[in-house]
Amino acid sequence: MAKKKTIRTIPQERTPVAEQDPQERVTNFAEVSHGYSNEEALLEAERCLMCPEQPCVAGCPVSVNIPGFIQKLSDKDYRGAYDVITSTNLLPAVCGRVCPQENQCEGVCTVADTLEPVAIGRLERYVGDMAITADWVNLPYVEPADFRVGIVGAGPAGMACAADMAKAGCEVTVFEAFHESGGVLRYGIPDFRLPNEVIDAEMGNLEKLGISFECNTLVGRLFTIEQMIDELHFDTVFIGTGAGYPSMLGVPGDSLNGVLSANELLTRCNLMHAKEFPDYDTPMPPARRVAVVGAGNTAMDAMRVCLRLGAEEVFCVYRRSRTEAPARAEEVHHAEQEGIRFKWLTNPVEILDDGQGGVRGMRCVKMELGEPDDSGRRRPVPVAGSEHDIDVDLVVVAIGTNANPIIGQTSKLSLNKWGYIETDENLATSMPGVFAGGDIVTGAATVIEAMGAGRKAAGQMKQYLGIRDIDVPYRLEGADTLFGIDQRERNFVRIRIPA
Amino acid sequence: MTSEQTAKFEIVAREDFSDATYLLEVYHPLMAKAARPGQFVIVMAHEHAERIPLTIADYDTAEGTITLVIQAVGKSTREMQQTCTVGSRLHGIVGPMGMPSPLGQAKKVLCVGGGLGVAPIYPQARGFKEAGAYVIAVIGFRTNSLMFWQDKFESCCDEVIVCTDDGSAGIEGRVTAGMELAIGRHADIDECVAIGPPIMMKGAADVTRPHGIKTMVSLNPVMIDGTGMCGGCRVKVGGQVKFACVDGPDFDGHQVDFDDLMSRLGRFSEQEKSAMKRWSESCRMAQQVPDAEPSGPDPEK
Ligand SMILES: Cc1cc2nc3c(=O)[nH]c(=O)nc-3n(C[C@H](O)[C@H](O)[C@H](O)COP(=O)(O)OP(=O)(O)OC[C@H]3O[C@@H](n4cnc5c(N)ncnc54)[C@H](O)[C@@H]3O)c2cc1C
Ligand SMILES: Cc1cc2nc3c(=O)[nH]c(=O)nc-3n(C[C@H](O)[C@H](O)[C@H](O)COP(=O)(O)OP(=O)(O)OC[C@H]3O[C@@H](n4cnc5c(N)ncnc54)[C@H](O)[C@@H]3O)c2cc1C
Ligand code: SF4
Ligand code: SF4
Ligand code: FES
Repeated sequence: MAKKKTIRTIPQERTPVAEQDPQERVTNFAEVSHGYSNEEALLEAERCLMCPEQPCVAGCPVSVNIPGFIQKLSDKDYRGAYDVITSTNLLPAVCGRVCPQENQCEGVCTVADTLEPVAIGRLERYVGDMAITADWVNLPYVEPADFRVGIVGAGPAGMACAADMAKAGCEVTVFEAFHESGGVLRYGIPDFRLPNEVIDAEMGNLEKLGISFECNTLVGRLFTIEQMIDELHFDTVFIGTGAGYPSMLGVPGDSLNGVLSANELLTRCNLMHAKEFPDYDTPMPPARRVAVVGAGNTAMDAMRVCLRLGAEEVFCVYRRSRTEAPARAEEVHHAEQEGIRFKWLTNPVEILDDGQGGVRGMRCVKMELGEPDDSGRRRPVPVAGSEHDIDVDLVVVAIGTNANPIIGQTSKLSLNKWGYIETDENLATSMPGVFAGGDIVTGAATVIEAMGAGRKAAGQMKQYLGIRDIDVPYRLEGADTLFGIDQRERNFVRIRIPA
Repeated sequence: MTSEQTAKFEIVAREDFSDATYLLEVYHPLMAKAARPGQFVIVMAHEHAERIPLTIADYDTAEGTITLVIQAVGKSTREMQQTCTVGSRLHGIVGPMGMPSPLGQAKKVLCVGGGLGVAPIYPQARGFKEAGAYVIAVIGFRTNSLMFWQDKFESCCDEVIVCTDDGSAGIEGRVTAGMELAIGRHADIDECVAIGPPIMMKGAADVTRPHGIKTMVSLNPVMIDGTGMCGGCRVKVGGQVKFACVDGPDFDGHQVDFDDLMSRLGRFSEQEKSAMKRWSESCRMAQQVPDAEPSGPDPEK
């Protein structure tokens, strides 16, 4: 191996990534970031110090072996890098794009103590994209098990759990209420941040594990969780139905026709293709001047979608300051570049009626930050006499979501006081054999945390079923034998050994 | 991603009640088993279609089918009128959605259906009858030729009052006239269920209010997911915001803010008109359908 790198010997600047020009990109839905070229990826990989204590790995909710994959990348063993990542994270091209890296892996990177952190997310995306282009699939050797596993919800949590259970040899069926799988990845996050082809490719790999999908299936109503166990004979069930049930503002004018949730706007635009209306039948509300309330990822996505649909001016109205904005740093930055007008420390108090059921404006107050609240963030308080109106005809609400009530309404599962499914630390619910994870347990979180929960639950489900695992190598595509594989180069998968 | 189920959503029977109203029976055994009165489905006719909510008007566990009764009012429902032939398949159908209607302990019930609301009130009337109640049905149509299912109601109700706007069948007048008649005859009606266009449900709630008769109505706001995720279907009930798809669709008619509902139903009227216009122009068959101007589901009833 090359001589040990130090903070002084590595490239000092974080390698920038090419992006579509802001003026250009607000007119299309193509991806904003072009991702690294081969040279850029190799250059950025040089910046990793290969820290023995690996703080970055601890910062990743699924413990991707970050220095491990970066080393392979530096060695130009791209396939090896892919194998290292996918042994813990099944969706590298997705996560490289959407993880809030600054709060996860990159936030604790040693390099960040002095310089900008290693661009772990971009490197991960580079490897993930390469796998998609080259059509690499890691099909594990699977020892069949006589167990039937039911998964409710085809979001990141459900898919991660499904993949692990399929790899353990179980017969896995995923039930999804929508007509397409993917959860928030599909209906929430827009194409310019996460193209559909990336979701299709990475989710498609999971299908190759033999998982069957039953879309258009509303669990709870078509059959209950209890019936899944008693009548459909699933040995174990995982619930990953996500959050949902958006909060509205609760101010006068809330139900005017020009007021909608970001979830509605994004679902219309992404899943239902309203941006291609009238080629697709689902319409979009007209928007000339838009106020989006909130400053999380959902809010940023909604604003940038409105711009691309032709809005003249889009405001972000948020009651705290930029430092407290929960969105990924990169999204706020991109939104600023695209000309979003940020109104920090501003809160809506009323939505003004145009006399025909529509919106003619939004009345706001200025806020200032007072004492810290329960979340540790300084509590915003209204400034007396600071009322002012902004001229908008569409108000999009992105201030968070509550628990989706359907599973709670239709089963005997215990819920916590906010309506989320109650689990123990092993993600077991109050019903034997039934596990849950992702946003429906924690409230709105991140893609990779949801996947982590799905995988953790899968581990517990295997234990519940009595499946014991050992490590075996992946089978090479097309090869019938397990032998002849260079075990140092190939990933391992766990299989069951008879008790 | 196409699931195996997609292939199952076959239309196995169809009946046309008039040139605007048609019935489809869809093969979906699990749904037929799970459906309860008051619930609905969301249908996607083809890959580019919108998701439209439709009430489950009937279900047959033996045949494994559910019945939808649809009024052709705009692009999606008119297009389905042409394409949904026996043997064809829907791109997607999901449900049963919503809370089943609470078929409580009522002893004497008034079931009121106006226009298209006649179809979804049927499973409720039957449900009440099976629960042992005395059931009076009031069903209203614009005119004789639009009438359907009178026989079905007669076989499960104790009394059936038909109303037509022009007096061409039954009594002349709106369903509210039929309700007054029934309430005049029976002082002991303890519950009323009314389904139809918002203006009709509002009228029905106004009739029962002075008599203190508990009145449930089934709300029909614009929906997308039907799973409580988008909030597009929010309605105001007793001053509170509710999502019709998961908290309803049945609510206490005396508490519902109907003006809010009617205003929200017009949310996309411009786009709906343009979709309809474009579609009729592109489709020669559509030009043979009279009255191509889109309108809400029969606001007169
Ligand atoms: C607009 C938006 C942008 C975001 N951006 C980011 C980001 O940049 N980075 C990041 O890390 N996180 C982001 N998040 C958060 C992240 O997407 C979620 O935390 C994550 O998707 C949660 O995964 P999940 O599997 O728990 O649920 P979901 O992704 O919500 O999936 C749940 C699935 O279950 C289905 N379902 C629900 N009820 C039923 C039922 N009864 N029967 C059958 N199926 C059902 C739903 O239709 C859905 O497909 C964003 C969220 C939103 C809304
Ligand atoms: C719970 C529920 C049950 C319903 N049951 C029936 C039924 O059994 N039979 C039936 O014929 N109709 C029913 N409807 C109404 C039906 O969904 C609409 O008529 C249909 O969506 C109109 O689509 P369109 O493209 O043909 O007409 P459009 O021209 O798009 O719209 C005509 C009118 O229908 C309403 N509408 C439009 N889109 C939607 C939508 N996505 N969701 C709800 N309403 C919409 C609007 O008020 C609009 O003005 C129900 C609606 C709801 C919410
Ligand atoms: S999955 Fe997300 S948090 Fe983990 S290493 Fe990759 S980008 Fe970082
Ligand atoms: S903390 Fe940063 S420098 Fe250290 S191994 Fe991880 S990515 Fe490399
Ligand atoms: S239709 Fe989306 S929440 Fe009811």
